[in-house]
Amino acid sequence: MRRVAITGLGAVSALGIGVPALWDGLIAGRSGVGLITRFDTTHYLARVAAEVPGFAFESYFDSTELELLDPFAQFAIVAAREATAQAGLELADHERDRAGITFGSGMGGVTTQDDRYKRFYADLPTTRVHPFSIPRMMNNAAASQLSMRFGLRGPALAMATACAASSHAIGEAAEMIRAGRADVMLAGGADAPIAPGVVRCWEAMRVLAPVPKDGNASRACRPFSRDRLGMVLAEGAAVVVLESWERATGRGAAILAELAGYGATADAAHITQPGIDAPARAIAIALEQARLDPAEIDYVNAHGTGTRLNDPTETAIVKRAFGERAKSLAISATKAAHGHAMGASAALELIATVLAIRNGVVPPTINYTEPDPECDLDYVPNQARQMPVRAAISNSFAFGGLNAVLAVKKV
Amino acid sequence: MADDLEQKVIALIARKKKLDPASITVASTFQELGVDSLDAADLLFTFEDEFKIVVPDEAAQSMKSVGEVVDALRQLVKPAEAS
Repeated sequence: MRRVAITGLGAVSALGIGVPALWDGLIAGRSGVGLITRFDTTHYLARVAAEVPGFAFESYFDSTELELLDPFAQFAIVAAREATAQAGLELADHERDRAGITFGSGMGGVTTQDDRYKRFYADLPTTRVHPFSIPRMMNNAAASQLSMRFGLRGPALAMATACAASSHAIGEAAEMIRAGRADVMLAGGADAPIAPGVVRCWEAMRVLAPVPKDGNASRACRPFSRDRLGMVLAEGAAVVVLESWERATGRGAAILAELAGYGATADAAHITQPGIDAPARAIAIALEQARLDPAEIDYVNAHGTGTRLNDPTETAIVKRAFGERAKSLAISATKAAHGHAMGASAALELIATVLAIRNGVVPPTINYTEPDPECDLDYVPNQARQMPVRAAISNSFAFGGLNAVLAVKKV
Repeated sequence: MADDLEQKVIALIARKKKLDPASITVASTFQELGVDSLDAADLLFTFEDEFKIVVPDEAAQSMKSVGEVVDALRQLVKPAEAS
């Protein structure tokens, strides 16, 4: 079985453009969460989100390109440029047939869809919509744009597994490399769901955090804290470059970490409530593939959404999977800072996990104020922690019970 | 001698494709101008907006050059102008 090297990272998040902005923000305990500015939320209960700040799209794309790119694809391309630049990725023509892309998005070009439908329904039945609507909206738009721009002619897939989409994308990309179907894969995810109709739909589920009573929207997401209020929708993208170990070492690439294991399972039970057995099994599968003993894991990047239901359930999942070791694990939920960027979340969190290993620093769970008896593990509250991290996992549990776990090893 | 409709069509194509209008004539084909199928759909949308018409699919498919666009649009625009 071939080993898989991570050689490039790229991110666009509410903490800023680029991986340094993400990492520095996480370690400093900064929050990218605030009041929604994209549209007027006067009549909304949900008024909080984690928007990408200062994304000057015209500085990344010309006007012709922009016509064809929903924000989710724009974020994806900017993140992919960073990741491929870091990897120093240069593909000879014959290598392109064995270079691919797996890309996750929960909702695809939903900002475009929301805008088009709003205009269409406002003036039935004569309103026409622009012919670029479908190429902007389709869930595989980002995957296709990346394959076109980076000349990736191998396996190319779009994952639509909601909050776990980019974990599945990265895990399946690694499987393709292990199986010898590809030598290089770009993998990650993107979403841009902060549009009026989409926020309304999420609001109705009663899982979004409101503006806290003290008015400080930046503290709306409080994973594992007893006073948690719910999740915070976010936008962004994250991309990693994966290569076969031979290719990466052969060209002298700097290997950032080993993507050592991947576990995917389904609850097969409920369309929104998370289970315990199947996610715990996904952790066990990822550890087994990575040939890691639970005692060798030092850090868990939690799914950690900050909802009533997720956090105690995830605590139980970690206990089920790790047994006694659970109490010694450093666990943190970085969504408190970058929000829940849907299909981008897992990839953003994998980047945080890789950098925790490389830098020997674990990012904190910010906004943690009050222990919850049902969440009684070490969530690295509020302050980053310097500690050696030999290996780590990143959890992602999607609505609909689709679970994915990635295991990463220090090199 | 280019009439108003021709000039408008050429100007719209030039703007969409970022070309010099002087480089476009009624004889220019979509292929020569680098107008692919997606560009063509975009142009149709623009023509419909500009001339307040609906281009039926059959007419849309006949447009492979500037001259064919002008001919088809002339048929569609005429009744509107007469009213």
